Amino acid sequence: MTGKKKTKPVASQNNPPAVDSSRRSFLNKLWIVLGGLGFVEVVALILAFFQPAKRRAKEGASEGIVEAGAIDKFPPNSVTAFVRGKFYLARLEDGGFLALSRKCTHLGCTVPWVSKEMKFICPCHASVYDIRGEVVSAPAPRPLDLYRVFIENNIVKVDTNKVIKRSVFRPEQVVYPKKI
Amino acid sequence: MPQQDEMPGRSTLLQRIRYSIFPGTARAEKVREGYRRLFNSLILHFRPRNVQEETLRWTLTWGLGGMAVVLVLLLLGTGVLLKFVYQPLPEKAYESILHLQNEVLFGRLIRNIHHWSANALILVAFLHLLRVFFTGAFHAPRQFNWVIGAASFLVILLSNFTGYLLPWDQLAFWAITICTGMLEYIPGIGLWLQSLVQGGPEVGPGTLSNFYAIHTAILPAFLLILMPFHFWRIRKAGGLVIPRKPEQSGEDRSRSVPAIPNLLLREIVVALVLLASVLVFSMLFNAPLGNKANPGLSPNPTKAPWYFMGIQEMLLHFHPLFALFVIPALMLIALLALPYIDYQVNTAGVWFASRKARRMAFVAALAALIVTPLGIVADEYLIEVAARLPVVPTWVTNGLVPFALLLAAVTAFYVLMQRRYAASNTEAVQMIFVLLLVAFLVLTITGIWFRGTGMKLVWPWNIGTPG
Repeated sequence: MTGKKKTKPVASQNNPPAVDSSRRSFLNKLWIVLGGLGFVEVVALILAFFQPAKRRAKEGASEGIVEAGAIDKFPPNSVTAFVRGKFYLARLEDGGFLALSRKCTHLGCTVPWVSKEMKFICPCHASVYDIRGEVVSAPAPRPLDLYRVFIENNIVKVDTNKVIKRSVFRPEQVVYPKKI
Repeated sequence: MPQQDEMPGRSTLLQRIRYSIFPGTARAEKVREGYRRLFNSLILHFRPRNVQEETLRWTLTWGLGGMAVVLVLLLLGTGVLLKFVYQPLPEKAYESILHLQNEVLFGRLIRNIHHWSANALILVAFLHLLRVFFTGAFHAPRQFNWVIGAASFLVILLSNFTGYLLPWDQLAFWAITICTGMLEYIPGIGLWLQSLVQGGPEVGPGTLSNFYAIHTAILPAFLLILMPFHFWRIRKAGGLVIPRKPEQSGEDRSRSVPAIPNLLLREIVVALVLLASVLVFSMLFNAPLGNKANPGLSPNPTKAPWYFMGIQEMLLHFHPLFALFVIPALMLIALLALPYIDYQVNTAGVWFASRKARRMAFVAALAALIVTPLGIVADEYLIEVAARLPVVPTWVTNGLVPFALLLAAVTAFYVLMQRRYAASNTEAVQMIFVLLLVAFLVLTITGIWFRGTGMKLVWPWNIGTPG
């Protein structure tokens, strides 16, 4: 049947009989396009498969919220480590709070707080940050990441669901307790 | 032609089983000859029947390609054994290694062999790459085989890197943390790629299962495809390059000899000596295992695996965008493009291209050997561009400026040398290759033996003491 069509191409609206095997070449191209689509689908599927699952967002907001404690527990100019939440709660001299990620912005090492020098000093490549997370000494390219701090009934809470990246320290990043 | 199967009248059970497995053996001698030829022609795609006598010389190959094959086979064997004990979960990985070492018979030895073979493979494959380069074995018709070899080398590097994480000790955890942290600086896709590789926002269970699958399935498969491809292309090129002196021309001066036993015997000797050396080394030296990984405590100093130390050292002198992306990407492109440069002279078979090129390479090596350490020390103690120009972004002061200086220095060296030697581009390419190679080796050695606490410069004997 195909042989007959090849020798006597049937004219139609879509396939003018200009070239001898125009229908065949059209069908061949169609196959290639369909094959290509199939390939793209498989690649997309594999990529989607490897996307890290976003479990946290699904389980609801209360999952990643850490109750740090009462405001009075944190003296001004102090830094408290929260190991489970993987952050530091810094209280600045003026009483404001910042929740700083413990992950160095250079290559992801865990930055310890050195209270003697009042600085975060990264052991991996010697980046230094001050209490506000601002870079004192390179190679870190930007200040320590932040988590959202909010205060409810004099209790400091930190939302660890979302990391906030910043390029520079700004006063409005600091959260202050309401004056009574 | 009708096939006449000659079933022997009385055959024992064993014979009948043998015929059922190898039907050819029951057939007439003439038919069996055909089968044999078919099998041989498959083998002959990869192994020659005859080889050029001169290519058998030890000083041509140093047995490096053969050694790499032996090490790969050894790694596959020990790797499969390890797979039976190892558990790729953060809570269990480290314990399973302890179990392997303390309770499994020969467990520690198998791990040692796997560890040391893997490290030796990087070294051997790298030396093999240098051998091929310095004997000009990348010229036509071997251009694409150079690319296959370079790809295999990358697969070997990645295999080592993915294997590095699996013990899940402090060494592994933090080395992989900083190395995957490096991905962030690739423009555009960096963050996406990083979370893909890490299987989450940081190194954790996702990273371990990713690396395990890549290490034990994907990369071995790649290697098992690339290796026969590599050998087949050697056959297609008519064997190895024929070694010659600079004065000699490349035309037929060699004699063909049978591969069995001439080549085979040499290969077996190399394989046995290597196997014995790896075994003795693995009995004497244990593969390192630190404390269990603790995501809350970065050790000081935290170092990358030794084969990435050159890049880590660059990180201390260049902005991450340049140290981790621009320079490595350029090096990789140069490596792959190397055989496709339009060379004026084909120097295949001549060690170091020519007598003039040898002198040039020597000067380049010397220059890199002197200038690189000076540069490192100067950058450590003297230069603080960023501090003087606080307004300009750091990727310019620490990235673009030093990178431009580097390029200018290499160009100046090239111009000066060309004025003195007026060399062909074949010779000039080798000179630049040597210059960059030695500089990179100096960086790697500095990273391994001269960086102590807080990544400060120290003498190798002070490396353990806190500064």
